[in-house]
Order: sequence, then structure tokens, then C-alpha cells
Amino acid sequence: MLNFFLLIIIYAGIYALMAIGQNCITGNTGMLSLCHAGFFCIGSYTTAIMCKTFGLPFWFSLPVAAIISGFVGFLIGVPTLRLKGDYLCIATLGLGEIIRNIATNVNPVGMMSVPRAELFGYQFSSRNKFTFILLIWFFVAVAYILFRQLAHSRIGRAMIAVREDEVAAQSNGINVTKYKIGAFILGAGVGGTAGCFATAYTLTVQPSSFTFMVSVMVLCMVVLGGMGNLAGVILGAFIIEFISYFPQLVGLSSVIPAQASQIIYGLVLVVMMICRPQGILGRDKYRYGDPRTFTQKLSARLPGRKKEGV
Amino acid sequence: MDTLIQYLQYFVNGITLGSIYALIALGYTMVYGILKFINFAHGDILMVGAYIGLLTYTALLGSSTSAVWMLAAFFIAMIISMAFCALLGMFIERVAYKPLRNANRLAPLLSAIGVSFILSNGAAWIFGAQSRRFPYPFDDTPIVIAGLSITPHQILTMAVSVIMMIVLTLFVNKTKMGKAMRATSLDQSTSELMGIDANKIISMTFAIGSALAAVGGILASFDFRVYASMGTMTGLKAFVAAVIGGIGNIQGAMIGGILLGVLESIGAPLLGIPSALRDTIAFAALIIILLVRPEGILGKNEREKV
Repeated sequence: MLNFFLLIIIYAGIYALMAIGQNCITGNTGMLSLCHAGFFCIGSYTTAIMCKTFGLPFWFSLPVAAIISGFVGFLIGVPTLRLKGDYLCIATLGLGEIIRNIATNVNPVGMMSVPRAELFGYQFSSRNKFTFILLIWFFVAVAYILFRQLAHSRIGRAMIAVREDEVAAQSNGINVTKYKIGAFILGAGVGGTAGCFATAYTLTVQPSSFTFMVSVMVLCMVVLGGMGNLAGVILGAFIIEFISYFPQLVGLSSVIPAQASQIIYGLVLVVMMICRPQGILGRDKYRYGDPRTFTQKLSARLPGRKKEGV
Repeated sequence: MDTLIQYLQYFVNGITLGSIYALIALGYTMVYGILKFINFAHGDILMVGAYIGLLTYTALLGSSTSAVWMLAAFFIAMIISMAFCALLGMFIERVAYKPLRNANRLAPLLSAIGVSFILSNGAAWIFGAQSRRFPYPFDDTPIVIAGLSITPHQILTMAVSVIMMIVLTLFVNKTKMGKAMRATSLDQSTSELMGIDANKIISMTFAIGSALAAVGGILASFDFRVYASMGTMTGLKAFVAAVIGGIGNIQGAMIGGILLGVLESIGAPLLGIPSALRDTIAFAALIIILLVRPEGILGKNEREKV
């Protein structure tokens, strides 16, 4: 019970890092990208290859993973960010699948027994979950502070301008392409580091685990918590991980089917989009969907009242 | 000579695969043409269609081994599956997309991803994780013509797809409903002023697209088996086909589907890469077409207005 609770906190941390990256891309800059599983894959493999094949320390692989995934993000971003909305979503989805497809073909069995991460002679093993929680949440806190500062800086405001209206942003002297690619690289880099921690925790890499599903889960966290709101995004990661480990947590994994949590993710997306498109902690100003508030919508649905406007 | 025949063989296989993609792509393209959004759940409707088809077919067949009844049962199962999926498509549209019709473009897209998750995981829950084989409703011995082998199920696939496409083209171009559909796709508010019930047309578009997806799903299950996540990859590739042909354009979806099928089938041996990387070819084709000609082969170039 406690064990699963700690597990949830660890995975929530790993996914919170990914969700912070996704938030930078989708929440702040408004690009719907679905290839975070690909960046996660690259980060995981970077750590596994550097630590196992080359015997380098984990801490060295962390920045390298961030740089490599950022670079892949750049390579993906330059051609695809010219696309908008749905097209971008599909193109990034395709690229995420290409990364997984290549990983599965090059290394079908995955990598086992990657060396543990070490700090001043202390080994972070999955047996001692408390220290692992400290490790991961330290980095989540760092990412949180950095991205918060970023969002409130000139760069962050430029990104929000790009999200709200590209043409208007451009006419105000903002280089739209530059900010879009920049946001994409940053998001990809953070996604890559999340992969490092996942490898350091499980000590294995399985190419089959980086499916489209992971990208959707991360997107789900961002949407649920509130796009553009970092605290909300971390809350979203907690909620989603809680849903996914809930059967084990209450010891009902034999009763509740494994698909139930994924069905709930689906329901969460649909219900959130209809009822509260700005997410749990999202502000009305940054709402994505219907511009009406919830009460307005409710009153519009009540019988006997006419809808306003056309 | 041998390599030529081999490539012709890939070509024939590609056309079969492509006609399935084309059928599914039609659903994407029709919905996009009217609502300007990608129905992500379309691939999962295909999966539901395949399951319903398989279940009704085995139920209808019972222990009968009569050749005529087998074929008849197959077509009855196909019609039942089409009807079920049409209703399902309309239901999904009503519940998950209609409330978001005036929302930002990303909202229905995310909602559709959610629906897709519910459908594929719901199916995995109900039908189990194991894949099932769709039994051939006839003896599937390949017919060899000059070194080229064509199986009866490939012929069936092509025949059914061609018939469906002809019926759809006639429906869209010759009937009053089809005309209303084209009008709605061109300009929804004006067509509403002309007395067209846009809600009805949108519902119908979803019904037709979903019914075609059901057919595509049943035909695809000969080659791919039936399993809960079969729709994800097939659906995505059909979407790629729709984009290649020019999304929103019905003829484009047909051409794009066939083209993608052939490309996928011939691409791997032609480039000398393992056939497991054929998905990569499909997505690479998508990205190239999006960069070179984002409006697709037959699409119109839409300028974004300020």
C-alpha cells in the first residue's frame, strides 16, 4: 500500500517533468504536439547506452540526453512547425511513431540491467524509494522554477502572444518561427531528462513502452491540470498517475481491468473539453475551448430559454 | 523478369491494401470537409466494425459449411456492422463533438482522442487482448496468373471497395442529400440559410463515414487479424492517405489511399529496408507531402485570413 503510494509519487515526478515540457509546447506556445513519447524514448536510450555501454556516470548522461532530445526536437521542429493545429498534431504523432519504430527495429529486446545512478558514493536503487523521490522531485522543482521564470519573462510572454494570435504577434515584431522552435526544443529537452530518470529507476529500457499512449497521457495531464499553468500540470500528473495505479493501491487489481484507467483518461479528455476546457487550475483568460463560462453553458442548455446570439 | 513479376506482385498487394485505406480515408475526408476537424476516433470505429462483423458472421454461420450461405452470411454481417457503426458514429458526434462545434479547433481534436481511447480500451476490456482471425468466407487458394498470385480475398477487397466508392460518388454527386452535403462543406452558414439542416447533414456524414470504416475494418481484418488496437495504426495511415490525396476531397482520399498502399508495399523492397519499417515509410510520406504540398494532390490551397 505505502509502496504503491511511493511508486505513484515517483512516476508522478517522472511524468510531471514530461508534462512540464509538453506544457511549454502546448500550454504556452499553443502547438498541439504528440511526440513526447519519442523524446522520452530518446532520453531513456541515451542514459541506458551511456551508462551501460560506455560506463559513464548517470549525471553525465543527464545533460547529454537533454541536448540530444532537444536536438531531435529541433530536427522535428524545423520542418513541421510550419504546420498548424491538426496537421502539426498528426505530423508530430507520425514522427513519434517513427522514433519508436526505429528503436524497435534497431534494438528489439531493449536494454537490461543499466547501472544505478550514484551521488557521492550513494547508489539510488529502486528499493529505497524515499531517496528516489527526493532525487526526482528535486529536478521537478528545478524545472518548475525555471519554466515559471521563463513563462513570466519576455520570452514567455512572446510565446503566449504566439499562442493567442500568430499574425498579431508577428506584426508586433515577434519572430514566430524562432519562438515556436525554441519552445519545442525546450519541451523536448525536458522530456528527454524525464526518460533518464525513468531509466535510472527501472534500470531497463523497453522500446515497446514508448507508444503513442504515453504522449496522450502526457497531453492528458496538461489538459487536465490546466494548459499554461505549471502547478496545474504537476497536479494533472499526480491525478493521472493516481488513476493508473488506483487498482493496485486499493488491492483491487484483479477486479478492475487494466483498461479501466485508460478508459478514464479518455473520459477525462472528453468531459474536460466539454465542461472545463481550461483545465482544473486553468484561468479563464487562457481557456482553449468554448468562450462561455460553465454557468452560461448550463443556462443555455436549460429548457425554455433561448440561446443568445446567432 | 523475376524481379519485375515480384514488383508487380507488390503492386497488386499494394492496391489491395490501398483500397482499404481509401475506404477508411473517405470517412476522415468527409468529416474534415464539413467540420474542419480530424475525427481521431475514426480508426477505432473501424475496429468496432471489424469486431461486430466477426461476431455476427460467426453467429450467423453457426455450424453451416454451405459455400453460398458462407458468402451470404459475410455480406449480411457486413451490412449489420455498417448499420451499427453508422449509429455509433452518429452517437459519438452527438455526445462528444456537437457541444464543441463553436469551440477552439483544438477542443474537438482532444475530445476525439479521448473517444478513441475509450473505444479501443473498452474493446480490449470486453473482447480481451487476444487477436482473432477473421475466417475467409470462401476457399482462399491463390489464383496464379502469369506468375502473379492473387487471392480471392484480395479480389473481394478490391471489388467491395470499388463498389462502395462508386456508390458514394453517385450519392454525393447525384442525390439531393449529396448536394446538401457539398453545400454544407462549402459554406455552412449560407447553406443553413438555404434551408439545409446542417445538424442532420453532419450526423449523416458521420454515419456514412463510419459505415465505410466498418467495411474497411472487416476487409482489413483478413490481412491484419481483429484486435482492440487494430484501428490505431490503420486509422492513422488512412488519415495519411486522406492528407496525401488532399483532405476534404473525396476523389483525393481514394487516390491517396491507393497511392499510400502501393508506396507502403513497394517502398520497403525498393529502398532495401526491412519491411518492419513500412510504417516509417507511410509517416515519412506524410511529412514530405505536408512540407511540399500541404493541401494534398487534389486539395485546394486555402489561404489563411487575418
